[in-house]
Amino acid sequence: MKEVGLIINPVAGMGGSVGLKGTDGIVDEAIRRGAKPKAGARAALALRQMLPMKDSLQLLCPSGEMGERLARELGFDTKVIYGCKGKTSSRDTVAAAQAMADVDLLVFAGGDGTARDIVSAGVHCTVIGVPAGVKIHSPIYATRPERAGELALRFLHGSCHHTREAEVVDIDEESYRNGRVRTSLYGYLNVPDDRDFLQHGKASSPASEHAEQESIAAEMINRMRENVYYLIGPGSTTRTLMDELELPDTLLGVDLVCNRKLVQADLCERGILQRLDEREAYLVLTPTGGQGYLLGRGNQQLSAAVLRKIGRERLHILATREKLLHLEGRPLLVDTGDADVDRMLSGYARVIVGVMEEQVCRISGE
Amino acid sequence: MKKIDRSSKVRTGFHQAKWDEPVIFELTQPGERGILVNKADAKVAASVQGTKVLPEFLRRKVAPVLPEISQPRVLRHYARLAQETLGADVNIEIGQGTCTIKYSPKVNDQLANLPQLREMHPLQDESTCQGIMEIMYKTNQYMCEISGMDRFSFQPSGGSQGILAMASLVYSHFKARGEERQRNEIITTIYSHPSDAAAPHVKGFKIIYLQPDKDGYPDYEAFKAAVGEHTAAFFVANPEDTGVYNKNVLKFTKLVHEKGGLCAYDQANANGLLGVTRARDAGFDMCFFNLHKTFSTPHGCGGPACGAIGCAQFLEKFLPAPLLQFDGKKYYYDFQTTNNTSAIGKIREFNGVAPVILKAYAWIRSLGPNGLYQVAKTAVLNNNYMFKKLMELHCVDAPYIPGKQRIEQCRYTLETLYRETGVGTADIQRRMMDFGMHYWTSHHPYYVPEPMTLEPTETPSKEDIDEYIETLKYVFDEAYQNPKLFKDAPYRSVCHQLDESNMDDPEQWAVTWRCYLKKFH
Repeated sequence: MKEVGLIINPVAGMGGSVGLKGTDGIVDEAIRRGAKPKAGARAALALRQMLPMKDSLQLLCPSGEMGERLARELGFDTKVIYGCKGKTSSRDTVAAAQAMADVDLLVFAGGDGTARDIVSAGVHCTVIGVPAGVKIHSPIYATRPERAGELALRFLHGSCHHTREAEVVDIDEESYRNGRVRTSLYGYLNVPDDRDFLQHGKASSPASEHAEQESIAAEMINRMRENVYYLIGPGSTTRTLMDELELPDTLLGVDLVCNRKLVQADLCERGILQRLDEREAYLVLTPTGGQGYLLGRGNQQLSAAVLRKIGRERLHILATREKLLHLEGRPLLVDTGDADVDRMLSGYARVIVGVMEEQVCRISGE
Repeated sequence: MKKIDRSSKVRTGFHQAKWDEPVIFELTQPGERGILVNKADAKVAASVQGTKVLPEFLRRKVAPVLPEISQPRVLRHYARLAQETLGADVNIEIGQGTCTIKYSPKVNDQLANLPQLREMHPLQDESTCQGIMEIMYKTNQYMCEISGMDRFSFQPSGGSQGILAMASLVYSHFKARGEERQRNEIITTIYSHPSDAAAPHVKGFKIIYLQPDKDGYPDYEAFKAAVGEHTAAFFVANPEDTGVYNKNVLKFTKLVHEKGGLCAYDQANANGLLGVTRARDAGFDMCFFNLHKTFSTPHGCGGPACGAIGCAQFLEKFLPAPLLQFDGKKYYYDFQTTNNTSAIGKIREFNGVAPVILKAYAWIRSLGPNGLYQVAKTAVLNNNYMFKKLMELHCVDAPYIPGKQRIEQCRYTLETLYRETGVGTADIQRRMMDFGMHYWTSHHPYYVPEPMTLEPTETPSKEDIDEYIETLKYVFDEAYQNPKLFKDAPYRSVCHQLDESNMDDPEQWAVTWRCYLKKFH
């Protein structure tokens, strides 16, 4: 008997139908505008695909609308592992996810906000997101609810047993409502490695994305010079670089490396500036999030002052082809808050995409 | 008697043969033989010493593990497998875009199968091979005329090997100048064939990729930023598989030359360009053609191949040896380039696959210059007829240069179909098999969402193209009416869906029988 976690964010997607660009913090306003819950129906589309395995699964769910009702309605063996009290919130999502730490697979229905909650719960199991929210930028979501169910079935059958880390990104809804898009990286979740089913699954390649990241890391390590500082920015590709160097890394922070050794972890802006006075330094970056931000989203410690000191020529940019593909021709973005520095960084740059392979990409401050 | 309805263009009654045929190694029966060879008589046996004359290290310790099987069972085995394909001889081969699958006249196969050629050996004395040497020499001249280059070699036995030969020429050129360390970068485009990057990479070059601009042309501003003192060469396909022809290519080649680099033209997509444009006129220093594509010899699994590589005179001294020469009386092999320490030396044994070159020669001769031009015109016409018809469909689109025609093929997108029905290009591929149509899935690199790459070539008639289009429309309609149908398709093909989930996992790969036994038994 396999255990599958099920979490439904019952308010996910409600803001979209009534012209709100998300539902974070404004559920009441969405309801006032006449929004109807839809996440349950989308989760049902996914769960129906899993019915062929019904007799060999047990669904672990939070109570009521967050999973229990639907699981029972579809006839699954259901076990309530978290009781929701009154109106549900993101706290319930986090607590329910924490209670499911050891499941074989966690299926959740929601949007990027829900994915953030799952990340903050610190789960390490494999997850599949059922797209039900207004914002779906994280590549942990299936392309359609039915595909989420099909993928779950394949994963549980064992016909898709590889997993990979996928980014959880979210935009700041308040800024988005005011016409500004600010994306940040919030962490990573393990998803089944099947590109046909998940968002951004356009790039079918014999090499997995992680194999590409390892290749990029190998190239970067080849280029590293002795007695020179390397500031390693956040991101899954730079994280692979640290793994290949057999060094611990700070998930969302900036680490300092010299002669293949960790000099300092998780530096703040002031710490970086002090280090830059000590010796020559290079900055290793990877675009984070769905919009291709190199600077200014989730790595604000790499400030304009830091970039001015490092200079454009001492920048190494790493990215998988898949990540560049998802930009669909749009430039990599920098937003240091200083127009002069953004201008200095703008123009064409070579991005390392593999061992002895680079792609010419445009960087823009606009 | 019930009359068969022949009015429909869609073969709804199609069903492919299915034989549940094992691989030949599983058919083996110990001791079973195809041919029983009589023992040599005593006189013969006495005059030879058998394998004992061979040095010890050359003698097998154990017999080779070959299938033991009788002739009728061998025949049945391969006849059955032949029925389980949707090859060019049974389906309207339009769905294999980028491969230029055209009709290869059977008479040319017969020529290549003549005993005068079939029973030759590449190490025969030149004086006994003057006929095929003349054919090779003249095919070289035709290729030079078609491309504007000065000399061709037929030694590479495939497109990728042709590109490797071009990369080797680039390396040789700079090695002779002592610049091979400095000139270590190859610039290519992401829509060029993946081998344009992979082959030079194998040769040790660093690869710089360019993205397309909004119209699908290589981004010239990015190109300007990429070209420099380290540029060894620019490798590009034109048109790329999008079918978009970069009319400004001369600007690109000019800039590379100004910076001291070379230009190499991947002419795998040349079918729409024969007699229209020439590689040399577009500023390229070298190029390659796939004889097995454009020159109908035929393609890939249909037979051995040839990536004919041509170059300008200043690079001739680096070409793989030997080069075929004519002194006014006889044809001979010239090994002069082997004295050049910078030259390639060899890219493969001997001097190309003779039957392939013969078939290309026969094809060119049967058409003549006007016929070749007509091939290009018809291929482009066919493609654009199909393009116009398909673009009228709601669920089909083609990225880049809206409203403008393509060359010989087009990479369409079924993104709308996928968004509206959940049925994607891989589903369409499987369902098309149910109607006897091949539609393949190599659209590398996968930059166009839900790609569909079609290339009619000059071969199909209007009726053929209409049948293919009608079948596609029928399948698209099914997608809107009953998307669930696609989940389990194909229903009338050789086998059901394959589990492709392990395609990314080298641990699961078993490309030979021995490898399969090793990994899974």
